Amino acid sequence: MEEVKERAISLPRLGEPAPAFEAATTHGVLRLEDFKGGWLIIFSHPADFTPVCTTEFIAFAEIYPELQKRGVELLGLSVDSVSSHIAWVRNIEEKTGVKIPFPVIADLSKEVSLAYGMIHPGQSKTETVRCVFIIDPNQIVRTILYYPLTTGRNMDEILRIVDALQTTDKNAVATPANWRPGDMVVVPPPNTQEMAEERVKQGYECVDWYLCKKKL
Amino acid sequence: MACISPDGKPTESGIKMMRALQLGMGSPEKIAKEVGVPLFKARSSLRELTQAGLAVEEDNKYELTEEGAKLI
Repeated sequence: MEEVKERAISLPRLGEPAPAFEAATTHGVLRLEDFKGGWLIIFSHPADFTPVCTTEFIAFAEIYPELQKRGVELLGLSVDSVSSHIAWVRNIEEKTGVKIPFPVIADLSKEVSLAYGMIHPGQSKTETVRCVFIIDPNQIVRTILYYPLTTGRNMDEILRIVDALQTTDKNAVATPANWRPGDMVVVPPPNTQEMAEERVKQGYECVDWYLCKKKL
Repeated sequence: MACISPDGKPTESGIKMMRALQLGMGSPEKIAKEVGVPLFKARSSLRELTQAGLAVEEDNKYELTEEGAKLI
C-alpha cells in the first residue's frame, strides 16, 4: 500500500505552472503568488543543523546578491519547524558571520515537499532531498535539479542556468554546452529547407546548417 | 519578517509598511519601493495587515484602516 502511495506522488514538469502553496516561513506566511513577476529559486535541504546543508546555506547566502542583480529570489525548504529554522540560521550567523537573507519554508506537513516531489523515499522517507526549482516570472517551472543527500550543490551552475534562461528569453536563442555569459549562443535550427539555405548565408558561425552560433 | 507579532501588535517592519501606507493608497510595487523591501515581502506583509484589519485592499491598492492609523 505504501509503495502505491509513493508511486502516486507527482513531480512538477518543465514548462508547467509551479504548484501553488501557502506556507509558514522564517519571514512569515508566504504564497507562491507573492513572487509573481520575478524569478524564484525554491530549494530543499534534508534537515537543519546538518553539515552539508550548512555549507549550502552559506553558499546560497553568498550568491544571493548576484541572484538579486538578476531579479531572482531564493526560498529554502525543509520539513523542520520555523523555530528550528530560526535557531539554525541564527547559529550559522553566530558561528560563521554569514546572515541568511532569504526565507525558509517550515514544511512540517510535507504539503509543499510532496507537491514539488522533494521526498524521494529511496533516499529518505522523512527528509527532502536536495532539489532546486527555477521558476520564471510567469511562475512556470524552467529548471529542476535533484542532488542526493550526500552531495552539496554547485552554486556556479545555478547562476549559470539562471543566466542561460534569461539570455534565452531575452534573445530567443539557445545556449551550448558549458556556456557562460559572453560566449557565443546557438541560433535556433531552421524549420524548413528554405530557411536552412538562407541560414548559411546569414554570417553566423556555422558548423553546418543545423548548428550555427552568433555573438550577442 | 512577519509584520504582526503573536500579541497582535505590528512589528518594526509592520510599522514601516504602515507608515508607507499612511502616505496614501499604494500598490504592493509602490509600497515595496517606498519601504525598500522585495516585492514578495510587501505582498505578504500587506496581506497580513489586511487580515489583521489594519489595512484594506481595493483593486490591488492598499490603505490603512482607522484602526491601523491609530497604531502609528
